[in-house]
Amino acid sequence: MAAKSVIPFGPQHPVLPEPIHLDLVMEDEHVVEAIPSIGFVHRGLEKLVEKKDFQEMVYVAERICGICSLGHGLGYCDAVEHLMDLEIPERAKFLRVIWSEMSRIHSHLLWLGLLADAFGFESLHMQAWRIREQVLDMFEESTGGRVIFSVMKIGGQRRDVPQDMLKSFLERFERMEEEVKVIARTFMDDAAVQSRLKGIGVLSADQAEALGCTGPFLRASGVARDIRSTGYSAYGDVHVEPITGTVGDSYARCDVRIREIFQSFEIIREAVGKIPEGPVEVPVKGFPSGEYMTRIEQPRGEALYYVKANGKKFIERMRVRTPTFANLPGLVEMLKGCELADVPILILTIDPCISCTER
Amino acid sequence: MNMKIRDVDANLILDESHQMQHEGYRLMQICATRAEIPDPSAAAGEGGETATIPAYEIIYTFGMGLLMENLKVTIPQTQSIISITSAYPCAFLYENEMHDLFGVEIRMINLDYRGTLYRTSVKAPFKD
Repeated sequence: MAAKSVIPFGPQHPVLPEPIHLDLVMEDEHVVEAIPSIGFVHRGLEKLVEKKDFQEMVYVAERICGICSLGHGLGYCDAVEHLMDLEIPERAKFLRVIWSEMSRIHSHLLWLGLLADAFGFESLHMQAWRIREQVLDMFEESTGGRVIFSVMKIGGQRRDVPQDMLKSFLERFERMEEEVKVIARTFMDDAAVQSRLKGIGVLSADQAEALGCTGPFLRASGVARDIRSTGYSAYGDVHVEPITGTVGDSYARCDVRIREIFQSFEIIREAVGKIPEGPVEVPVKGFPSGEYMTRIEQPRGEALYYVKANGKKFIERMRVRTPTFANLPGLVEMLKGCELADVPILILTIDPCISCTER
Repeated sequence: MNMKIRDVDANLILDESHQMQHEGYRLMQICATRAEIPDPSAAAGEGGETATIPAYEIIYTFGMGLLMENLKVTIPQTQSIISITSAYPCAFLYENEMHDLFGVEIRMINLDYRGTLYRTSVKAPFKD
């Protein structure tokens, strides 16, 4: 048996835009154990509930992350609305679905670009990000922001989207869909790409479930669980079928995310077809009281939002369990037995968001 | 509307966790919250009010499919609690997080970072 050595990976590494550290215990070129370290830039945003009232906390929630901003705002608002027994207007629910799916498209395209960049396919990386820019343009037109949108509020939305703008989005999404099909063929069929992804970092369905994994990382292993199936916001009015893989390797994770992009186009089309006219917010009276935990399907997986309030302006506790936090044990398991050269790609395949994790 | 939470005795949380694991539940999250509980050693005041001591409420969330089950354990801040990593190995991150942010003392974590998971300039910043 070869002697064991420990190689530190991160927190600064070309493939990691954000800091996470792994102590890789190696035998020759193979990883036998990985011990994760996080907390390099923990911000303690959850403690701001003591200084920001329950309405202002929406802005804080939206700033947990620049990619999942909309989802964090939605999750927090949904939890507080449940506490206050607020029924938001149907139009606001559909807008939440449309914006959520736009977030999923741009998040998955961002990930595809990062993946291509990680294995040195620069033109593919640029194509993925070029397509993604169009979603950000549509976000800017409909919300006023490209990264932080600030459209969520307790009781609905801060702004409406005109019907003709939604219809123009559909035309643009149709063109985008054709462009995504082109890069999807390269990701799925290119021999060089396949050689970096197929059979690498396999996680079985049982392992993924036991380790509490979530999102595309979980579904690629064959577990059909997608929190959108619970029907929150207006997801109960559109068709959502969990997209799964079978093999549980890096290629399956890539495949699931690509198919989810096309699914998001479909959901947006259905939601725009069904969105009713009407107001997008209801008045909010009083203060929240009690405790509630809600969950939503972020692009990276299931996110939990726990709120505890006591009928005062400031809530007592807000807790966010982000998908990356839940996926770390799965990552550690998946790294066992892999080659050192595959570690950067494998870390990427869980689509880690350290900004969310270091909330 | 409040969520459903089942209160569990701190001494039984490991048994409950093993039971959940046996039934096929996955661990979704664990989180701590500051709370106050009546001081068992103090007598009621003249107006009937009782003295309180600082405590933690710890919520364990388990899931099966799309079902969600919450268990709550309440302990005084001076008391420690057993780790559930023998039932759910992935609980180590949540338990280390509770220790580093709230100062909850947890016994027998399978991977104990001993206060180094989060590099905070203030020890247990969420405790007070």
